[in-house]
Amino acid sequence: MFEGVTMLTAALSMTALGAGLGAMLGIAARRFHVETPPIVDEIEQLMPGTNCGQCSFPGCRAAAEAVAGGNAPVTLCPPGGRDLALQLAEVTGAGDAIESELAGFEDAAPQVAFIFEDHCTGCTKCFKRCPTDAIVGAAKQVHTVVTDACIGCDACVQVCPTEAIILRGKPRTLANWYWGKPDLSHTATMLGRAT
Amino acid sequence: MQDFFAILLGTALVNNVVLVKFLGLCPFMGVSRKVDAAIGMGFATTFVLTLAAASGWAVERAILVPLDLEFLRILSFILVIAAIVQFTETVMRKISPQLYRALGIFLPLITTNCAVLGVALLNIQEGHGFAQSVLYGFGSALGFTLVLVIFAGLREQMAQLSVPPSFAGAPIAFIAAGLLSMGFMGFAGLVPN
Repeated sequence: MFEGVTMLTAALSMTALGAGLGAMLGIAARRFHVETPPIVDEIEQLMPGTNCGQCSFPGCRAAAEAVAGGNAPVTLCPPGGRDLALQLAEVTGAGDAIESELAGFEDAAPQVAFIFEDHCTGCTKCFKRCPTDAIVGAAKQVHTVVTDACIGCDACVQVCPTEAIILRGKPRTLANWYWGKPDLSHTATMLGRAT
Repeated sequence: MQDFFAILLGTALVNNVVLVKFLGLCPFMGVSRKVDAAIGMGFATTFVLTLAAASGWAVERAILVPLDLEFLRILSFILVIAAIVQFTETVMRKISPQLYRALGIFLPLITTNCAVLGVALLNIQEGHGFAQSVLYGFGSALGFTLVLVIFAGLREQMAQLSVPPSFAGAPIAFIAAGLLSMGFMGFAGLVPN
């Protein structure tokens, strides 16, 4: 009997304390409401909200303010990834200007150049541009890429006259194998949600 | 008066929360990379700790002891301290945006961390009165701020040294923290208990 009373007072007093403090915070939030620019609120809504700090801002709110003020790129949020960057670009009106920035988001895995050898004319333009001497070949000879030396800088892709070079993920070998990232778009389609 | 001075000195130096009691190590390691951030964090913690010591005392005397509910101390302390910090943040944001910008971002980070809760609980354990509790909280927070700023200064200097690769980053910081802690042991006996 006595224990039952203690339990009841404990439950009641903690409930009362919680409700009282909750009411206090609720009133304070109304009473001391500070108008913030709606765009910051909108951006904050889009962000993951985990305050992980990977963007180097203290929390998503600060990051949202920086994005709204144009002090940070829309691609600042690693957990949000490409999808968030696209949404932020839409909200802030950065538009097409960010397409090139987004290139780095497409695949987090390191990218290397790959030459389609049947398109290569052996013009040597790419191998002159390569900063790491990762392209081997000679004039009128088919070039090829040394994947271990390639840093995926995109310079050769720009100059190739026959568009024979693309950047793609490193060929997987036992030495560089890793787990793939979970494919969210695939899961979404499985759940019947169109993305 | 002399008693109060002894408490202040005793909590800030002799029984330093971070280096002697090993409380609040997460901000000590996490926010000590730059002196500026360390100062901000230190002031915010001073504020929260003092407030927590006062509210902890009030909750203990007004709710827990009369209702015979001492076993709910941790739960109710966390609840009350977190709510008060949140409340202060809201009010501060409205009343003083400058202060909010300086301290506000740190406040949610320290809502009841181990140092804050630990000092509030120690106050009860040692049976301090209200003024003593507040002073104990304030002194502990001063010690925390002092150590945090010293350590941030050390780490800023260390960033420029060539540390062997296996020690670079966190390991050398831990070693430095250990040495600093041993240094603070030298204060033992400064204030008679």
